[in-house]
Amino acid sequence: MTTIALTINGEARELAVEPYRSLLDVLRNEAGLTGTKKGCDVGDCGACTVLVDGKPVNSCLMLGVEADGSEVLTIEGLQPAPNRLHPLQEAFIRLGGAQCGFCTPGMIMMAAALLAENPSPSEEEIRFGIAGNICRCTGYTKIVEAIQAAGKELA
Amino acid sequence: MRRFTYHEPATLDEAVSLLAAPNAQILAGGTDLLVELKEQLRRADCVVNIKKIPGIAGLAYDDKAGLRIGALATAREVEVSPLVLDKYRSLAQSVRELGSIQVRHRATIIGNVCRASPSADTIPPLIADGASLRICGAGGERTLKVEDFFLGPGRTVLKPGDVVTEIVVPPPPPGTRKIYIKHGRRKAMELATVGVAVTHVPGAETRIVLGAVAPTPLRARHAEDLLRGKRLTDELIAKAAQAAVAESRPISNVRASAEYRREMVGVLTRRALEQLR
Repeated sequence: MTTIALTINGEARELAVEPYRSLLDVLRNEAGLTGTKKGCDVGDCGACTVLVDGKPVNSCLMLGVEADGSEVLTIEGLQPAPNRLHPLQEAFIRLGGAQCGFCTPGMIMMAAALLAENPSPSEEEIRFGIAGNICRCTGYTKIVEAIQAAGKELA
Repeated sequence: MRRFTYHEPATLDEAVSLLAAPNAQILAGGTDLLVELKEQLRRADCVVNIKKIPGIAGLAYDDKAGLRIGALATAREVEVSPLVLDKYRSLAQSVRELGSIQVRHRATIIGNVCRASPSADTIPPLIADGASLRICGAGGERTLKVEDFFLGPGRTVLKPGDVVTEIVVPPPPPGTRKIYIKHGRRKAMELATVGVAVTHVPGAETRIVLGAVAPTPLRARHAEDLLRGKRLTDELIAKAAQAAVAESRPISNVRASAEYRREMVGVLTRRALEQLR
């Protein structure tokens, strides 16, 4: 066991973790944050996307111990205030960007990273940006629309 | 993942001695290593994270030495570098094709090279540009052309304890033109069915490197010989494309048949050369 100190969603945490546990498992089990989903667990589906020091990564492809000293943002930490949703969450609800919802946390975290770099992305830029997030329900059209709408609101 | 011990060496020497142990695995980006550990394609008794070692990160460019890619430089760093796009266009193109943005934020260029996949996207452009690797091991340091690094699928000349610390890509002579074309079944998150990188120095040489059509990335030397010092005419391009087809040694697998791959080598080599003249 190694003890890691990191910031998760703005809160300083110390967690005892085995070195062979992924950041995804650490977030879901040791940190108790189950908003981040485990889809494929090998970096293909993007459901486990979180931001580490502002960068979108597959938390299944990173060891928990590697997050020592970093700042992690998960879907639970995205809302600006309790009882207030992030514009991306609002837009996904309003425009039907979520159906079963399993890909949604990862999709929204990736979209947040994308909009932070480029507040008004074209459809092509959005599709390139979310290429590593697989959705089996929506056909992506409504997801792209929701990201574009949220971008307008955030800009 | 199965249990392993974990180390974060502070120096290269420390890493080299830790990596000499049996079943010690090097961790930089981890995007291949963790998948292979989870799927039990690889065994690790000990994982050595090299990210705390100073001096092996980042990109640097110098007009004489060219581009230095450190062991920790991620695919994403290369992708968003205006300098790489300007001077190493085929490398920039290949990196955009590697995994997803999430993967590229972790995956390192050197990791992609050391994994030695025949279909790796970054390798053909690096070979076409004449890149070299610097390797640090028990016996000291050595340099080697990327072209001479591979022994077969997943196999390189690296010995236990060796760490590739940097890749150096020479500066392009004035007027150099480059391209990488990847052919896959889908646009994103795909392994190459065939990849073709060409670096064309007008009036001098044209280097053509084929990916995913042999056990290792392959230079199409006969095709290159046909083009050396010549103007790229339609007739010459057609001949070079045919030569590249003859030099390729593809296999059939889940992504494509050998026949299809061979056909695509011709199409993509022609297309690449047409775009560079």
